[in-house]
Amino acid sequence: MGLKIIVLAKQVPDTRNVGPDAMTPEGTVNRSALPAIFNPEDLNALEQALRLKDANPGSTVTVITMGPPRAAEVIRESLYRGADGGYLLTDRAFAGADTLATSYALATAIRKIGVPDVILGGRQAIDGDTAQVGPQVAQKLGLPQVTYVEEILKCADGKMTVKRHIDGGVETVEAPLPLVLTVNGSAAPCRPRNAKLVMKYKRAMVPMEMPAEGLAYADDYEKKPYLTLGQLTTADVDADLAQCGLSGSPTKVKAVQNIVFKAKESKVLTAADADVEGLIQELLANHTIG
Amino acid sequence: MNNVFVYCELEGTTVAEVSQELLTKGRKLANTLGVQLEAVAAGAGITGKVESQILPYGVDRLHIFDAQGLSPYTSLPHTALMVNLFKEEQPQICLMGADVVGRDLGPRVSSALHSGLTADCTALEIGEHDDKKAGKHYENLLYQIRPAFGGNIVATIVNPENRPQMATVRSGVMKAEVLDPNYKGEVVVHDVAKYVPETEYVVKVIDRHVEKAKNNLKGASIVIAGGYGMGSKEGFDMLYELAHELHAEVGGSRAAVDAGFCDHDLQIGQTGVTVRPKVYIACGISGAIQHIAGMKESGIIISVNSDPNAPINAIADYVINGTVEEVVPKLIKYYKQNSK
Repeated sequence: MGLKIIVLAKQVPDTRNVGPDAMTPEGTVNRSALPAIFNPEDLNALEQALRLKDANPGSTVTVITMGPPRAAEVIRESLYRGADGGYLLTDRAFAGADTLATSYALATAIRKIGVPDVILGGRQAIDGDTAQVGPQVAQKLGLPQVTYVEEILKCADGKMTVKRHIDGGVETVEAPLPLVLTVNGSAAPCRPRNAKLVMKYKRAMVPMEMPAEGLAYADDYEKKPYLTLGQLTTADVDADLAQCGLSGSPTKVKAVQNIVFKAKESKVLTAADADVEGLIQELLANHTIG
Repeated sequence: MNNVFVYCELEGTTVAEVSQELLTKGRKLANTLGVQLEAVAAGAGITGKVESQILPYGVDRLHIFDAQGLSPYTSLPHTALMVNLFKEEQPQICLMGADVVGRDLGPRVSSALHSGLTADCTALEIGEHDDKKAGKHYENLLYQIRPAFGGNIVATIVNPENRPQMATVRSGVMKAEVLDPNYKGEVVVHDVAKYVPETEYVVKVIDRHVEKAKNNLKGASIVIAGGYGMGSKEGFDMLYELAHELHAEVGGSRAAVDAGFCDHDLQIGQTGVTVRPKVYIACGISGAIQHIAGMKESGIIISVNSDPNAPINAIADYVINGTVEEVVPKLIKYYKQNSK
């Protein structure tokens, strides 16, 4: 029997490869200097979803992402790897959301689409590192959660057995479906794109990405409905605007600072033998080491 | 009412160090605000065993939830008892450890109470806030300070309207200090069934292995940390050799962990371990803020880097301009020669 699976994925700026131009002189983030990527742990989550689908014929994997129209790239990347469809949750009213407002928007969209058997997401996104959205979506949908997932061991009879990482060890838990899982970066990496699926879905777009006039290959979009990806606004999901975006966010950023560390009077040495030996002797003499 | 609360994490009947660190911080915040410090401990067979690990940090009231289903930790029952207790007690601040338990529980509790939560704070202060748009002035808010955006900026977050103001803090970021070994606090043992409906016990832990930490990074007096500049997992071998000579512990930067050069539990920085050793030797580490947040209070900082402009050099006491391949073996050699 097939499972209905939803994967929550996010397009994030690649904060791991930050160059000197990542910050503007005013101290704000220069987003254009950072490439937008598929949040790494969301790819681990997608892999777990695809494995569930492989093991349970008839299953479907639907990806939901929230962001500007260009975030639809995350849906395409998922389709190339075996997902069946996706929705972009996009609206100016969603902008500026903290984790609570984000989880509200996602939970509202999931309710609209239909609560599935399994919801998977990465443990956390690399632009915020909060790990909050998964548990908050679970709470808002009234579902149990298992965080820091390493591997799904078994899924049968409406129950799932999951291995998860805990501080200093591992734990195996059994939880009933429907269930929310957040997947750790140490879980299996995501499979690569499948060439046939890339050919099939390379023109897939959300309506907001399509030009008002002169859509190339317009016939294709009529003949192949799967090339038009799902797009949801606040109105489509009946969202309460007071709970969306900046106004729905209890946390406010009071100040942002570029940190400048007060330079110490550093003693600068070379790699020459005399310098290194001199340092060791100095540290030994004042009992810093030894 | 409106007190400062700390959720105390337990392994069996032992209170986690991070919780004691937060109790110490919570006491200071409570003093600044002129309110009381309260603690919550939930587990099985804990009554009579946890009080002495919690009250001496200056806890005025300890809430104990003692029932079989509460240990080991699972999300739903612990969320239910926190949410229902907070509905009665209306705390203004709630602190939790930013480890697996706190990062599983915190967001669930905050979502249920519709309150703001800031993860992985590196500093907590009390201060005022002006919301210029709304023309409102707030006194005595919790400043939740954390590096953000991959550690390139530091943000101060406030929750002006919603309570409790919730924050998680990593182990080792705050310092634990006993206030008074005989501190007299009230202990309230709650009827768990009143707070946790039976329906919450749906997730079962069927197997669990917890090993004592393999490393002693937090308590080490000398730490040798490797970064992406170590080049490979094998590159780390020379750090272990140096550590063996110096009786030091080896750690790594996030870049080194992400690249698979060393284990995740060796990560030093905001989202890893915070260390305060006597000597910190950074090898091939450029020094993102997120890393520096986890080691800047080290006594003496030595940076070995082939890039003379590596940011970490600015906070180093000694900078050795050279490749790790050249310098580290020399450190080993001359230590051996001179220490005998």
